[in-house]
Parts: sequence; structure tokens; C-alpha cells
Amino acid sequence: MAWFKRTKEQKADRRVKIPEGLWVKCDNCKEIVYRKEVERNLKVCPKCNYHFRISAAERLKLLIDPGSFRELDPDLASTDPLRFRDSIPYSERLAENRKKSGLSDAIISGEVLIRGIPAAVAVMDFSFMGGSMGSVVGEKVTRTAELALAKRIPLIAVSASGGARMQEGMFSLMQMAKVSAAVGRLKDGGVPYISVLTDPTFGGVSASFAMLGDIIIAEPRSLIGFAGPRVIEQTIKQQLPPDFQRAEFLLSHGLIDMIVSRKDLRETISRILTLLK
Amino acid sequence: MIRYYLDFEKPIQELELKIEELKRLNSGQDLNISAELDKLEQKAAEMRYEIFSRLTPWQKTQIARHPDRPYTLDYIKMLTDDFIELHGDRRYSDDPAIVGGIGSISGTNVVIIGHQKGRGTKERINRNFGQPHPEGYRKALRLMKLAERFNKPLLTFVDTPGAFPGIGAEERGQAEAIAVNLMEMSRLKIPVISIVIGEGGSGGALAISVADRLYMFEHSVYSVISPEGCAAILWKKNGDLGSADFSRAAEALKLTAQDLLRFKIVDDIIPEPLGGVHRDPKAAAEKLKEVVLDAIKELRGKSIEKLIEERYRKIRRIGRITGAPPVSNDNHKHPPGPSTS
Ligand SMILES: [Zn+2]
Repeated sequence: MAWFKRTKEQKADRRVKIPEGLWVKCDNCKEIVYRKEVERNLKVCPKCNYHFRISAAERLKLLIDPGSFRELDPDLASTDPLRFRDSIPYSERLAENRKKSGLSDAIISGEVLIRGIPAAVAVMDFSFMGGSMGSVVGEKVTRTAELALAKRIPLIAVSASGGARMQEGMFSLMQMAKVSAAVGRLKDGGVPYISVLTDPTFGGVSASFAMLGDIIIAEPRSLIGFAGPRVIEQTIKQQLPPDFQRAEFLLSHGLIDMIVSRKDLRETISRILTLLK
Repeated sequence: MIRYYLDFEKPIQELELKIEELKRLNSGQDLNISAELDKLEQKAAEMRYEIFSRLTPWQKTQIARHPDRPYTLDYIKMLTDDFIELHGDRRYSDDPAIVGGIGSISGTNVVIIGHQKGRGTKERINRNFGQPHPEGYRKALRLMKLAERFNKPLLTFVDTPGAFPGIGAEERGQAEAIAVNLMEMSRLKIPVISIVIGEGGSGGALAISVADRLYMFEHSVYSVISPEGCAAILWKKNGDLGSADFSRAAEALKLTAQDLLRFKIVDDIIPEPLGGVHRDPKAAAEKLKEVVLDAIKELRGKSIEKLIEERYRKIRRIGRITGAPPVSNDNHKHPPGPSTS
């Protein structure tokens, strides 16, 4: 199964970027909208409610109380244990992505306040190698979960990922077991875990911590699944039904609890945390 | 006997055909033929050794997928004195791509689960080439919980190209089914022993192999993505892919038992008879039985708390990173993560 499609990543990159200039074309409704208006609207299309992909930093800004972020493990970085080389060596690809994104890897984690409630958060960034999970993403999610358990504060994880990171081979695959084991300890400890799925969440991330939330929230229209739609199409040689693997599809199949618009996310999470107290 | 030979086994095939023909001709009296036979058999043995001691990762991948290689049910038959297969996830269906049940190995009662590929076109299709749906993973989970309830060690056999990518699989929560198994296996209150017998295909393989002891047969493979999938991502734009590309990808992915032992991701390698397990399944099963019974004995000696703590630490350690170790909290010690620098 190809969790990590470069073609998809490139396409996604085009999608995620709202071009410079006054006007933006929405990927969903194709309407031309005023860029400032989209940005004021938390990068949600004012015409059709399409949620543009956003960075981890932008996500944090709309999720947590201003000034409350205390970052965990900012300096964790991947090594290149396989000495993997695609078109360029993996070590160079990492360096390129670090430079481009200003991130050390595809995730930021920290201790925060959400409407005054202390919480531990881990937020993925799709722009860093398609949000793929290698040793660093696995380790940071695990440490964040362990911190949540130690301090008995809720864990919030926001996913955006094409799946496991091919370039770290089996080290990446085993991160799925690691993060799931850490979530298991949270459950044993009775500490709440809210998982927020954003566009896209696939493969090794959906098949581990992302689908293990006590409560699972998804953003409208986001694509979520195990296998990517292209892989499925190639395997079964059929056209996929409309809305397949969209958040709405998952909700109707009983796989998630709710779909929440970006502007309501902080409010919804704080209400859940208050009710679970 | 009709065997299936892989491309790189062709020199062995030619020799073996010659040997068989000579054997047919030889009434036993012709000393010349007997001498020639001895020579050829010697040569065949040398050639097998030559080829099999230097298999490339792609050749190992092909051996791991060899159609004559024993599957889960074959091992169950060879290992157990008694076995009863159990069916269904009690929620949706019975997935023939995963089998399981209760059995006894030399007087030790166990629960066994494994991926199951089929033999022959009809069975292969019925078992979906060993690619489970969510109901397969949920059946596996049900049997894990059964093992836990009755305090039986759990044995799992890994042999799948991966979890099935299909519409129904997505509708019924393939990702969730795998995720739940990973979490539940990490805290099962029984010894868990997993053996990669053939192909360990990504998350679909991991979903039944979070274990206290993870073993791989000598020529089995375990990978985050198939060499074909990896090659397609990396080089498809260069045109049609061939075995040279798959070979390169298999090399890059470090998917052999030997690589994964070196990375300390697997605990040990179970040696295979010369020419692969399918050349002498009984010998392989004997060796496997020894390994499994030893592991059960060792793991049974630990308290449940210790067993689960050690399993957590074992998984927790995997990863290669640089940077500061976790900050330790006042009333909580972080288990050691991957070594950092
Ligand atoms: Zn729109």
C-alpha cells in the first residue's frame, strides 16, 4: 500500500498555497474570493465553507489561548538510519524541508491552555514531507501522551498526514505501535484524548493514534482513510463513490463523533473537556 | 515432483531435472551413472548454498512470497497436537484472510492467529491473497481477548501483502481496526510471540505483531511499503517499472530479517533449510517449535506487570533521533526512549 504518494504531496502543495495577490480561487467551489476575506475567515472559503490546509502554527493560533504555548522537544530531529536516497538523499530532503518550513519535522507539540484548561497538544504539519510519520513524529506524539498522563491533563492531537515515512523504513512503521501503546496508557489512566482529523489523514497516522481518540472530531470535507483513494481505485478498478473518505462519509459510517468547523474548534474542545472533567 | 522455481533458481532447476532424469535411467547397476549422480548432487548442493547464502533483498522478497512456502495453517498443522479453528468477529463477518483458534503445542495450550494466503486460484481469491478487511483484525482481537481471559500465550504468524485497500474496508473502518489492535496488543496480559513466516506487509502486518518477542524466518521480509509500491512512488515517472527497480527499492527499504535484527527491531532470526522453508517444511517447523516453546517458558517466568512494562519499553525504544531526551517529571519517570545525542 502506498501511504506516501509524492505525486499527491506535490498536488497538495499547490492546493495548500493561497497564492499571493488580492484574489484566490477556491479549490472546492472554484469561486474567486478576496484573499483577505479568506484569511480573516481562518482560511475557510466564505462561499462554500471549504477548509484550506493550514500550517501547525496557524492551527495552534486558532486552537489555544494566546501566549499559552510552551513548546516541548523543539530540537528533536530525524537521522537517516537507512541512508535512504530517492531523487536526493533523505538527509538532504530533511534539510530542504526544515529550511522551507522552519520546522524540525512534521509536528509541533507543547503544553497549552484552551479556554483556561491546561492541555498537551501535538499538531501535525502537512507541508513537511506530506506530514509523514517517522521517528520524530512518533517520538513527539509519544512524549506528549506521556506528559499528559504524568500531569493528568488532556491530550489533543491534530493530524494531517499521508502516512508512515517511507524513508525511515521499519523505524517508521514501528512508530505506529509506539504511539498506540502510549495512547493505551492514557486510556488506562483515565486521561481524556481528543483526536482532530484534518485534510488529509491517512495510512500509518490514521491507523494509529488518529483513530484512537476518546472523541474524534474532523474538519468539514477533509479526506480521511487508511488507503489513499488512488491506491484503492487501482486495486479494485472501480470508480469511487462521491464523498468517499470525506469527513461526512466517516460520520455517516459511525467512524467519528462529529464534524466541527474551524471557527468552532476551540469552543467545542473546551466544552468537551469541561464535560469530561 | 513439480516444483515452482524462481528466476534466480533456474541453474538449480536445470541440475535437479538432470538428476531426476538420471535417476530414472539408473537401474542401480550402472556404476558410471551412479558416480555421475553423486557428482551432480554434490554440485547441486554447492549451487544451492552459493545462491542462498547470498540472496539479495529482492530475491528474499520473492522467496518470502514463494507459492510453495508454508502458510499459517500449514504451520499450525505441523506444530500442534490439537487445534480448533474459530471463526468470525461477531460484528460483521468472518474474514478468511486471517485464521485463528485454540491449540496445543507439545502440551502447552496456546491461542494462534495468522494471516492466511490461499493455494490455487480459487482459494487465493477466497482468502483475498492474505489481505485482511477490518473484520479480520476484529476477529484477531476477539481471539487475543479470549487468550487473555483464559491466560493462554498468544502466537501470531505474519504473512500478508498488507491490509486490503477497498471500499468496504474503508466503510467499516480499516484504520480504526488496525489502530485498536496495536493499542490492545501493547497491553495484553499474556505473553505474545510473533513470527514473520513470509511477507510482513506494513500496517496490515503490524496489526497482529506487537509482541514480547518478534522473530523472522531467515528469508522473510518486513517492510513499511512493498518494493513495488516504493519503486512506483520514486521512479514511476521514468516509465514502466521492472525487476531492476523493485530490486533497488527492496535494497533501499532494509526489509530483510538480517537488517531488522541489526536495527534491533526483531529479536532473532529462525534459520531456514537450504533453499528455503518450502524445501523442508518439517525441519523448519521443528526449529520454530523449539523457539516458540523456549520463548513461552521464558516469558511465563515474568510477572504480568513486568511483562507489560517490558513490552512497552521494547516498543518505546524504537526510532532514530537526535535531540534532548524527555524532560522527567517530579512524580513520573519517563521510560527510556530511543537513544538521543
Ligand atoms: Zn469555496
